Amino acid sequence: MAEQTAIRLPLTDEAIAGLRIGDHVAFSGVIHTARDAAHKRLIAMADAGEPLPLDLRGQVIYYVGPTPARPGRVIGSAGPTTAMRLDPYTPRMLELGVRGIIGKGGRGPAVREALRAHRAVYCIAVGGTGALLNRHIAAVEVVAFEDLGTEAIRRLDVRDFPAIVVNDAHGGDLLETGKRQYRTSARPMPAPGA
Amino acid sequence: MREIAASAITETVARLAVEAAHFLPGDVEGAIREARGTERSPLGVQIIDEILENAEIARERMLPLCQDTGTAVVHVELGQDAHVTGGYLIDAINAGIERGYGEGYLRNSIVDHPFGARTNTGTNAPGVIHTEIVPGDAIHIGFMPKGGGCENMSRYRNFLPGAGRGAVVDFVCETVDVSGGNPCPPLVIGVGVGGTAEKAMTIAKHALFRAIGERNPDPDVAALEGELLEAVNALGVGPQAVGGSTTALDVFVETHPTHITALPVAVNIQCHSARTKHATL
Repeated sequence: MAEQTAIRLPLTDEAIAGLRIGDHVAFSGVIHTARDAAHKRLIAMADAGEPLPLDLRGQVIYYVGPTPARPGRVIGSAGPTTAMRLDPYTPRMLELGVRGIIGKGGRGPAVREALRAHRAVYCIAVGGTGALLNRHIAAVEVVAFEDLGTEAIRRLDVRDFPAIVVNDAHGGDLLETGKRQYRTSARPMPAPGA
Repeated sequence: MREIAASAITETVARLAVEAAHFLPGDVEGAIREARGTERSPLGVQIIDEILENAEIARERMLPLCQDTGTAVVHVELGQDAHVTGGYLIDAINAGIERGYGEGYLRNSIVDHPFGARTNTGTNAPGVIHTEIVPGDAIHIGFMPKGGGCENMSRYRNFLPGAGRGAVVDFVCETVDVSGGNPCPPLVIGVGVGGTAEKAMTIAKHALFRAIGERNPDPDVAALEGELLEAVNALGVGPQAVGGSTTALDVFVETHPTHITALPVAVNIQCHSARTKHATL
């Protein structure tokens, strides 16, 4: 296994600056979950000047909607969801202070540019490994929008949560670089964000 | 006429839902294991290792393989000499979905009104249920929890009738290429060619019930499957789209006769957590 960079949360400017595409990171500390419905509400509240249910500054947001926990467990299966669905909300979330995001799949050009401009980082956890990722979540607490069920905002206490840097704060994009490197097809590369 | 109780159908569907969510089919796990030996990207190999480890943890700790326990897609082959007693077939299946998702601690991901309130039904029912009348007196049930990430990358296009085989290859490659990491590669790809719009997509979906390595009995179609797998894996998308030589584990093509004016092509993508379970009553 490739060497992992252990990162203690919250993310610092130094930690973000040091991350490069393809790096393996292991996050420990507090992250918050949010998906489509929670993003929509958070941004509506921010736009209306209302106080947010959590301080987004310096936060890592994890795009996940877990399965229900069996009795005696803190959470169920908890892998990442498709990040591109959150693209319309992400620049605004970065403006509100989010510095790290964990999801799966690529991001569009506007998000990549916003990550660079806000000195933030987008990582993937391996999609479809929610049972494995479950073991890295030590505690869970619903902090907002409980009515959204699986889409509620949860505070997760994570230990060595594994992720791979896909978009760093320097404008790099692992998915584009990786595809180019391993492409043997004569077909032209699709346009970014196509 | 053979009688089959609706309650037995409910019970079976509930069991299949729980098993599908936790136990990766052996053929899929085998194909992933094989891909580990051929994957050129070290990062890709590591991702494959995590996928294999995940299957083991899911099995041993009874944790769903993926938090997206899907839309319950149910394909029923109803023998014309079978008689369902004590209830309506579709209700029995939906009751099984509700029971399986509840008792199995699976995620309810179905919302009622797609462009309205989008209120979660709280049961994961209703499923998407396809029924086919077949000879015999048995009921065969195929269960597939279909994740949103991959299903959302499905595409359909009707080509000019003369566009031919090349159009099919180009369309499948383009679909996989632009989907990137969204559908969670390595993928299993279902392709439906011919029929009408809905027929093409239905047979593309149904193709995903095949076991990895199972070729279409028509040699021309089987050859196309081989060509597509090679073409897709040359794209370089790789596991989770980080770059690599394993973009798909298999490609299944189904065809249907079509209209003189048409060449319908549907692509239905399945993620690496290619969960299917079957039962015959």
